[in-house]
Amino acid sequence: MDKFKTISSKVIPLPMKDVDTDLIIPAQFMTSISRDGYAQNVFRRLRDKDPQFPFNLEKYKDAQVMVVDDNFGCGSSREHAVWALYGAGIRVIIGKSFADIFASNASKNGLLLLTLPAMVVDRLLADAKNEEYTVTVDLENQVVSFPDGRSLGFEYEAFRKHCLLHGLDDIDYIRSFDKEIEQFRKKQEKEWAFSTLRANHP
Amino acid sequence: MSVKSESKGSTAAPNQKPLKNIIEKIWDAHLVKQKEGHPAVFAIDLMLLHEVTSAQAFENLAERKIPVADPQRLLATIDHSIPTRPNRHEIYDEAARAQVDALRQNCKKHGIPFHDFDSGTQGIVHVIGPELGVTQPGMTIVCGDSHTSTHGAFGALAFGIGTSEVGHVLATGCLLQEKPKTMKVTFKGKFLPGVYAKDAILALIGQLGIGGATGHVIEYCGDAIKAMSMEERMTVCNMSIECGARAGLISPDETTYAYIKGRKFAPSDKDWAKAVETWQSFCGDRDASYDREVVVDLDLLAPMVTWGTNPGQALQISENIPSLRDIAPEHQATAQRALEYTQLREGAPIRGVKVDWAFIGSCTNGRIEDLRIAANILKGHRVAEHVTMYVVPGSEAVMKQAQKEGLDKVFEAAGAVFRNPGCSMCLGMNDDKVPSGKRCISSSNRNFVGRQGPGSITHLASPATVAASAIAGEISSSDKYLG
Repeated sequence: MDKFKTISSKVIPLPMKDVDTDLIIPAQFMTSISRDGYAQNVFRRLRDKDPQFPFNLEKYKDAQVMVVDDNFGCGSSREHAVWALYGAGIRVIIGKSFADIFASNASKNGLLLLTLPAMVVDRLLADAKNEEYTVTVDLENQVVSFPDGRSLGFEYEAFRKHCLLHGLDDIDYIRSFDKEIEQFRKKQEKEWAFSTLRANHP
Repeated sequence: MSVKSESKGSTAAPNQKPLKNIIEKIWDAHLVKQKEGHPAVFAIDLMLLHEVTSAQAFENLAERKIPVADPQRLLATIDHSIPTRPNRHEIYDEAARAQVDALRQNCKKHGIPFHDFDSGTQGIVHVIGPELGVTQPGMTIVCGDSHTSTHGAFGALAFGIGTSEVGHVLATGCLLQEKPKTMKVTFKGKFLPGVYAKDAILALIGQLGIGGATGHVIEYCGDAIKAMSMEERMTVCNMSIECGARAGLISPDETTYAYIKGRKFAPSDKDWAKAVETWQSFCGDRDASYDREVVVDLDLLAPMVTWGTNPGQALQISENIPSLRDIAPEHQATAQRALEYTQLREGAPIRGVKVDWAFIGSCTNGRIEDLRIAANILKGHRVAEHVTMYVVPGSEAVMKQAQKEGLDKVFEAAGAVFRNPGCSMCLGMNDDKVPSGKRCISSSNRNFVGRQGPGSITHLASPATVAASAIAGEISSSDKYLG
């Protein structure tokens, strides 16, 4: 996972509630065994329908920040949705709320999700229609800065912040508890001696 | 139908052990370690694997030279990207074939049990787990699939994860997790004829909304749940994710134990009493509290069907599609987009909308009881001339049982196509797709834009409503076909 660096970028507005991961990347494009190659089909259904959809527009080609509405990323657990957005250059998504599995997947891939108050997000969605609109997202100091000089602090869980800033995934952290895991399994296997998972294993 | 929502404080008396619900008990029993201010290291008892969300996880381990921690806690099959036509071994789509081959090879390399074509146990991953008896109360179960909550029907804490997390479980048998909030959903009352578990869960999702239970694990309770078979309970738990819940489960009882007994992975007779005692110990303490409580009354519920492009846009078949002015202002834009996509008129009846396709199958409603219900309705009838109907069993075992009971003959006589097991038309990533612009009444779980194929329109309903609508050629309830 890449380390998260402070980002200044144009903002892509996506003023839709309940954007599901099927809409972010349709299943027909998931027959791949790679983490790459999904960006060209991110939001494929919306891009095919509307030539003015932001991901079709040259002016947003280098944009790294999206602003969305409520419950973004609901539905299927497909991490391909995060890979598609990340592959398309998105590094930060600001919204009112995010679905659980999508949020978890984002955090494992260096994609920063910021939950801000509804009024702030509505304002951002309205303002982002202006193509000169640029925001700066600084995770280290937990601040979003706006073009008019205002800035807004945000909450972010300390552990996840550390992982994002240092590009760490969960495996090494979990493996640092190897001894505890082994003890846990020993005790559990005694209590669950009736389990046939092992006996029936081919 | 009415829904009430209330919250309740803790009722534990001082000096007593705190009262715990089943979710909290399973959580506590799987907590390996939690450092202050960090997420918990949480033990996973079983991970299910399928071809679409696993290859990249194996690749990550291979790159980092990390072995698979415990292959005996894994179980794999192929379901999402495979064909369901007669010669299904020949996968024409090169990428899908590579995906299936990758899983086959990864399982071989790491000694992971793999349920391949014609093993007798291949099928949709959430159908075969319970069939094999690997799904048991008190367990933690994950899979790279959001419908993993199906296994919650057995009193397991089962939830969908992404591919990175699949890698974490492969490598360590654990995940980093934040403790979920808990929600109690009580289904009161009894079903009217023609109303089923699918209708109950669609009613709940319709009331809570598609994100209404985000951050929560649901426990389903009430007389209606107690009266349900295991397969009906699986249908309810399966769709927990459709209201945003991380998982949904049901406390184990005699129905649960009777289902598990005698299956391949069930405890032996010698160990049975101990197993039941252990499973029973996970049931919640009386008067344990939850972060939220919701009551759904089923007494007057009619069959449910969706009108829009998410499972929360659902109504009773007797109702009219909502008028935009009756929808809360913040949801009007979503509703308007949904109506444009589904080509329906606000305020119009949902009953009588012409359908072109009908689909019985999926991890929601692809089990033997679902096929029996559909066959019972189709018997002696023909699917309407303009309707194509697919019946896709959830597993090889379901298929074999259906054939043994002659259900396949009933489907064929009615003009439906009986296919090989897999996810099929539920998600439009194999050969089975609803053509663009066509409307499908479907027993699956999602009606998202293009879910069943680019440009397809989906109406979710119970297998009974799907079968009745296939005969009528339009959205129709099943009551007149029920003898």
